[in-house]
Amino acid sequence: MNATIFTHELRTRLRSVLIWSLGVAALMLLYFSFFPAFADQAALMKEMMARFPPQMSAAFGLDKLDLSTVLGFFSFVFLFAQLCLAIQAANYGFGLVSVEESELTADFLLSKPVSRGQILTSKLLAALGSLALTDLLVWAACLAAVSLFNAGRSYDAATLRLLLLSLIPFQLFFLAVGLIISLLVKRVRSVTPYALGLAFGAYVLSAFSGIFGDVKLELITPFKHFDAAAIVSSGALNTPLALASMAVVLLALAASYWLYIRRDIHAVS
Amino acid sequence: MSVIQVRNLTKYYGKARGIVDVSFDVAEGEIFGFIGPNGAGKSTTIRLLLSLIHPSSGSMTLFGQDVAAHGPAIRRQIGYLPSEVYYYEGMKVRELLQYSAGFYPGDWRQRTAELADYMELDMGRRISDLSYGNKKKVGIVQGLLHSPRLLFLDEPTSGLDPLMQRKFFDLIRRENARGVTVFFSSHILGEVQRLCTRVGIIREGRMVEVSNIRTLQENNYKKIRLSAEGLSAATFDLPGVTNLQSDNGVLSFFFRGDINAVLRRLSELPINDVVIEEPTLEEIFMHYYE
Repeated sequence: MNATIFTHELRTRLRSVLIWSLGVAALMLLYFSFFPAFADQAALMKEMMARFPPQMSAAFGLDKLDLSTVLGFFSFVFLFAQLCLAIQAANYGFGLVSVEESELTADFLLSKPVSRGQILTSKLLAALGSLALTDLLVWAACLAAVSLFNAGRSYDAATLRLLLLSLIPFQLFFLAVGLIISLLVKRVRSVTPYALGLAFGAYVLSAFSGIFGDVKLELITPFKHFDAAAIVSSGALNTPLALASMAVVLLALAASYWLYIRRDIHAVS
Repeated sequence: MSVIQVRNLTKYYGKARGIVDVSFDVAEGEIFGFIGPNGAGKSTTIRLLLSLIHPSSGSMTLFGQDVAAHGPAIRRQIGYLPSEVYYYEGMKVRELLQYSAGFYPGDWRQRTAELADYMELDMGRRISDLSYGNKKKVGIVQGLLHSPRLLFLDEPTSGLDPLMQRKFFDLIRRENARGVTVFFSSHILGEVQRLCTRVGIIREGRMVEVSNIRTLQENNYKKIRLSAEGLSAATFDLPGVTNLQSDNGVLSFFFRGDINAVLRRLSELPINDVVIEEPTLEEIFMHYYE
């Protein structure tokens, strides 16, 4: 760990962290503020949604949700937060080391008296710090939203906490997978398309697995590993899937160290 | 003591040649010139020594320590000025230099300020607003601010105006006088001749010669082109003349030796036009190694 790199990374990313977390926080507060209206019209809503094509309901997980309950509605809204945070985490993962090469600052950093391992560790810790800061702000907004707009209905606080905590491994997946992909390709010219691709790709896989029913695509997407609707209905994580997700993270990180330490940093051409 | 020791160093990028079987030594306190045309392998060699890229085979030691095993410790003593300077665009010059200094134990603020002042660099400006020459100055200050014992300069003068070039050379000479070893890569023979004590010449990835600058100067070619009335190739059948070509009354050749012999011969001719110039490095290579 190198404090100079860590501080620099945190400071460079601070603006992005604030924009993402305040954006997601505002989204959660706004969407969840509709809950009292939904809860009042629950019977009407159910009738309307019964007329949706079943594939569409499945794609949004509506078949498993009861939008008239606090956590049912919350887990529906939570999907948007997951999608945004997936893009953010993938963004940090893809950009973690590739940004130094695409912006041609790698020569500067790597000729300093630090080892590649130290550089990667410092950068990873700074990225984790950025994600943790995001989570704190998003959690605060979610808890505030639920306590402000619960329409007097009861909910299981432990399940809500579990759902919020599941964001951490969820983000780690996108950070680590983004990082390893950025090291496997020759050069990442622009981070955003990769990040959007990974996050939306994972989301679409999860949505499609709902439509096709028995296709087991959910095994590879964290939107299924940490499926909000499933967590709410069972009150627990799907342990095998959550463990599989963490195994992917550990493998991706180990492989990233291996690749980064051996990587040739090519001259500007 | 050898500050740089390179033995049979080879680097292939996949199948593409980087450098092949390069060996040389640089002694402490030397200014070692490293010349060759673009693409010959100069940057590859420097990038290998800095562990930016990894060798296919061969060995390198800096300060007597293996580069692969002791990279971070070795790099504490090294200053590096890349040929193309790019820095974090959102930062101010001062922030970038502080970031750079943060990697080296000690307080480098005074030295940084002195260097920036000497190079006429305004530390309050944003890096994205700087011209190429000014970015180069940031690179120079950044490479020197931690008082390294070994300097790698990769084509350092491109982008600097002649006045700044001179200041920069003075700065390098001053650092050298304090005992700093300098590894100076360039494709401009003239600046290497001005500064260096010894040179290595690299061509197509191979070190073709390592010699004293004086030896190279004695072999100094001039390229002469003239047009005159009644000119024939035989007029310049002198010792030291090579590659004599006559084309439409214009005579061109390379000359090595006492230039006065050519001048005396020229003064006897009704000259229309004459050009005497330094051959390009390419031309030297072509004739030096015939």
